[in-house]
Amino acid sequence: MALDPDLAAAIAVTRFGLGAKPGEILTARDDPPAWLTAQIRPVLGADQPQPGAPSSAQRFLEFREYQRERQQAKLDGQGKADFDPVKAAIKIIRDDAGADFLARARLGATTDAGFRERWALFWANHFTVSATKGQIATLIGPFEQEAIRPHAFGRFEDMLVASSSHPAMLLYLDQAQSIGPDTMAAMYLGRSGKKAGLNENLAREIMELHTVGLGAGYTQADVTEFARALTGWSIGGLREPEDVAGKFLFRPNAHEPGTRTIMGKRYSQPGVMQARAVLHDLAASPHTAHHIAVKLARHFVADDPPPTLVSQLERTYNGTNGDLAQVAKTLVLAHESWNPEAQKFKTPYEFMISSWRAAGFTPDALPQIGPMLNAMGEKPFSAPSPKGWPEDAATWCAPDAIVKRMAWSETLAAQALNGRDPYQLAVDALGARLTPLVAKTIQRAETREEGLAILLMSPEFQRR
Amino acid sequence: MTDASFLALSRRRALASALGFGLAIEFVGHKAFAAVDGALARRKLIVVICRGGMDGLSVSPPVGDSNYAGLRGAIAIPGFDKPGGALKLDDTFGLHPSLAAVHRLALKGEARIAPAIATTDRARSHFEAQDVLENGATAAYGTDSGWLNRALAAMGPGKVKAISVGPTAPLILRGGVEAASWSPGPGVGRDPRLPSILADLYAHDPQLSRALASGLSTEAMAKVATADAKSALSQADAMAAPAATMTPAAMTPATMASGGPDMPAMAGQANGGGAALAAAQRQGLGVARNLGATLAGFMIQDGGPQVAAVSIDGFDTHANQGSSQGQLANRLAYLDAALDGISDGMGPAWKDTAMIVVTEFGRTAHVNGTAGTDHGTASTALLLGGALKRGGIVGDWPTLAQGKLFENRDTYPTIDMRGVFKGLLVDQFGVDRRALDTAIFPGSADVAPAGGIIA
Repeated sequence: MALDPDLAAAIAVTRFGLGAKPGEILTARDDPPAWLTAQIRPVLGADQPQPGAPSSAQRFLEFREYQRERQQAKLDGQGKADFDPVKAAIKIIRDDAGADFLARARLGATTDAGFRERWALFWANHFTVSATKGQIATLIGPFEQEAIRPHAFGRFEDMLVASSSHPAMLLYLDQAQSIGPDTMAAMYLGRSGKKAGLNENLAREIMELHTVGLGAGYTQADVTEFARALTGWSIGGLREPEDVAGKFLFRPNAHEPGTRTIMGKRYSQPGVMQARAVLHDLAASPHTAHHIAVKLARHFVADDPPPTLVSQLERTYNGTNGDLAQVAKTLVLAHESWNPEAQKFKTPYEFMISSWRAAGFTPDALPQIGPMLNAMGEKPFSAPSPKGWPEDAATWCAPDAIVKRMAWSETLAAQALNGRDPYQLAVDALGARLTPLVAKTIQRAETREEGLAILLMSPEFQRR
Repeated sequence: MTDASFLALSRRRALASALGFGLAIEFVGHKAFAAVDGALARRKLIVVICRGGMDGLSVSPPVGDSNYAGLRGAIAIPGFDKPGGALKLDDTFGLHPSLAAVHRLALKGEARIAPAIATTDRARSHFEAQDVLENGATAAYGTDSGWLNRALAAMGPGKVKAISVGPTAPLILRGGVEAASWSPGPGVGRDPRLPSILADLYAHDPQLSRALASGLSTEAMAKVATADAKSALSQADAMAAPAATMTPAAMTPATMASGGPDMPAMAGQANGGGAALAAAQRQGLGVARNLGATLAGFMIQDGGPQVAAVSIDGFDTHANQGSSQGQLANRLAYLDAALDGISDGMGPAWKDTAMIVVTEFGRTAHVNGTAGTDHGTASTALLLGGALKRGGIVGDWPTLAQGKLFENRDTYPTIDMRGVFKGLLVDQFGVDRRALDTAIFPGSADVAPAGGIIA
């Protein structure tokens, strides 16, 4: 690599990682690409923010427990003031989802494997499930823990299947209730006066967002056929036995019988295997390779990424059967990834995490995170749509958001500096990326707190 | 000039100058507007984008269409004069019962509907359709800038200012002309030196310096706008906005985990109800009204923005969408409160205001298997404002008859959204036709500006 090793080390930790903790750039200096590839863990996957945390099924049962309590409260009399069902639901959602988000933020603030965590966050955003849909909030942490993190450096197809069959996704994109129109389940529900049928939400978003993308040229008919193939992919309900409640459950009597044709290919597999076969082909499609290569290059390198980088990632994906460890390796070894100019503007979450790392601060309560992330436009666990959070400067470098970042930088500086020298923190946080102008401005600050706020708001800290 | 308005003006000036950052504050003062004269300088245009695919057949239910009730089943809005029924506009159309404020405006000739409007996009993808709606091109991802921004450029850069509500800028307002963005929350911090230090630091960084300068000037206006919003609201109806403050529920940790002010409403929907639900819903509406009034507060200031873009999420109702009540009804109530806040907050300036509420696509005419609706094609746009010409529906109604549905599933589009946008730009700001056909909406010479919307 032709880059100056100090600059390469700074890029490795700030662009590919989550920002430098004091001393971290030095640890990467010997061999920056190797510092990154050492973080790739094909078998173990990404780190878990809370080892031993409740599973999605446990969270689901917790919700069932709450419903029972609610029923009991109803039986005990309407006038009871000590149990308000909405307040109780809000409390469950806030406590559980809040704990999950806090744990993830703490992992980001402290981990020595920042690249591994950034890689996991990329995939969590690729397969977005969002708390904008009611009780899903408590399942997002478990979703990342069960469907994303274990597969982060495995085969893409495995992550796709894990995501598409996870209760959080099945609920978020309405798949759990989609029923084949010509099935026993539809007939049964029809007899009791309920309308039952197809919901094409998950099928469409798997094709458009998770795999081949719009450019693949599929039609409305392909989406509807895939939705038919997916019927039966559901979850065990609140009234079902404990061993199936809140877990993936294939319901044969809701599965639309017959052969499906999707993007010109016929699928005659029985039952659950039908959609499984479609997922296999979607994961293997070169359109998927391209879609993912563009997104990765855009996330790590530039909003308008170098086409040569995209084609290298694509080639690796196609040549390794979607092996994400190999794709990650290609990314960090490609020389296009090391452009000395930082082209990525940090998202609010990235800004916050990297600020904590620079200041040596670990959040210990949600109010230190939630309100400000929300104010900066990236409300915790609440991406506005299944497309996930945008990652481009045009979105995040907006007037109001910058004013909010400035105010937050001051708050963090007041809270976290503890008398340390902001110039030293700047050297630790940016290494060779620190420009003389910013260094000088920090040294001329009126107070140390002001110095730290200047560091956090500097052009080179706002970008990576 | 009456005493009261004199006082208001000097208060604005005092607040603005008290914020003296030593930076160019482009909104404050009359200077920026010297170039725009007379009536044009008072005209206002607000575009509200309802994201997720808002169901036109619930926004303006065609309860007089003989096929409506059958197609919609349990999610149909009941007819006029039935409990929870549509609010009557004409023999065919009503408004959703949640849209009470819009209906009040309609009765005064200050709100109309375009019930079968669509973009040119037919892919039924949220993201592609929103992109086309906002970029004004004929294909998604065709351009990085929004049509509203290019319209500002066509009026002469710097002549007409624009603002979006929210911490980040929507595509529709992105582009070569700097537009402000604003959202409630903590403004500038304690250190009075920091803004100018950063301005110096950003001197050679156009992206950051543009954003910071615009953010600071907007912050200065916000102090005035929130004060105006409070007095406008208290004058309008002291009773209906209980304890509404400018800190929305969305800013508190209590609602961090879910969809902001409407999260408790969703929880309530899944689980029953209760006093907290009603309170949460009311609080959400107070926040929406206040946001609307604050936006108006920006726009009525001297030299304030004449153009604004607002986004509201949460209209993707694939399951359990509800009818007169429920998920979509709550969302529409939120929209209604925001629109009401804007029209109240505008005060006398409402007569010069035009507002359009659009969505990326409508939803299927049939109810689906999960008591919701899937992605469709045409939907309803709401047109509002004191500048409106009284009249019936905008565009034709294709009806919901067998064989009249688009691809046998959706409301058939009868009017191109770009034509309506063009009509508003022509009538409000006198934008020139050639700019409309080429720069603002590229390749749209065959789409004429819709006339007869503005008086």
